[in-house]
Amino acid sequence: MITDWSPARLDVEGRVLEVVRAPHPVLATEGATVDPLDPEMIQLAADLVATMRVSPGCVGLAAPQVGVAAQMFSLDVTGHPKTRTCHGVFVLCNAVVVEASRNEKAREGCMSVPDFTGDVKRATRLTVTGVLPGTTEEITITTDAFEARALQHEIDHCSGKLFLDRVAGAHAVYPRKVYQ
Amino acid sequence: MSQLAVTVIGPDRPGIIADVTEALAGTGVNLEDSTMTLLRGHFAMMIVCAGPFDEVKSALEPLRGELVITVRTMGPEHEHAPIGPPYMLSVHGADRPGIVAAVTRMIASAGGTITDLATRLSGGLYVLTAEVELPPTAELETLDRALEITAEELGVGVTLRPAESDEL
Repeated sequence: MITDWSPARLDVEGRVLEVVRAPHPVLATEGATVDPLDPEMIQLAADLVATMRVSPGCVGLAAPQVGVAAQMFSLDVTGHPKTRTCHGVFVLCNAVVVEASRNEKAREGCMSVPDFTGDVKRATRLTVTGVLPGTTEEITITTDAFEARALQHEIDHCSGKLFLDRVAGAHAVYPRKVYQ
Repeated sequence: MSQLAVTVIGPDRPGIIADVTEALAGTGVNLEDSTMTLLRGHFAMMIVCAGPFDEVKSALEPLRGELVITVRTMGPEHEHAPIGPPYMLSVHGADRPGIVAAVTRMIASAGGTITDLATRLSGGLYVLTAEVELPPTAELETLDRALEITAEELGVGVTLRPAESDEL
């Protein structure tokens, strides 16, 4: 069960890694599928959670964002106002979207694209399969709303895509508004 | 090298962007921010780029005629400091003069600034969409009410909603 899973199960200390920014080529590289039992991948899983935790506002972090072209990401949308269904904190390997419906447009920002935001249409009902690091069994996650959007954003990272590849029109990219 | 503002407008045909940007690329100029769109059959471009004024002007010379082209030197890059959180403003209704003026005046009165605005007219329907920044001190309820009153006078509908992005 995914809700029983916690990063403590990885049994390794996560390290905070540097987050790479576009146009770094790793962000445009299709990630390799990973062996969820490989100790290096288990370490990477812990590192993703640790790096996500120290980054303000960050609800998900994919391996390419820390410079590793691999299909793994961490996610935790707990407490976000747009979250409905929530599976807590987890890391997923080799995730694949198996069902997606009810598209909605919303504005996304990304730690790897700090100067822009963009309007992206994504499914709000979503079913994804994948494997938790340190396990071998394929699990299925069915979710909605913000967790669905976040999952699609991270799965895109794993295949070398940024939200910039999916913006909903020529005027759908905006300079990021940072104000005091 | 100075910061240049290049504007181009003319009746639309295939290849305007290719012609203009090829001429600019020939002088070694890199396009920075630009916006280009089709307005009622006229293609309009606004480009900000850094380059040598005289060379850019003469590279674009052969394109003048059907295209109205201006090249202007601008001061150093003026950093836009956002004044507050972003909002989306939409207005739509029967066309009549003064809609943009009245609505943008309300935004300005609240201390807000507009960073992007487009209007479209199709048949009798007029549509305005804008990105607006409002200072954190702006009284949203008062502004909403002022916009509603203005909209009612104009016979249009207006909505102002937050455009905050989700961090993923």
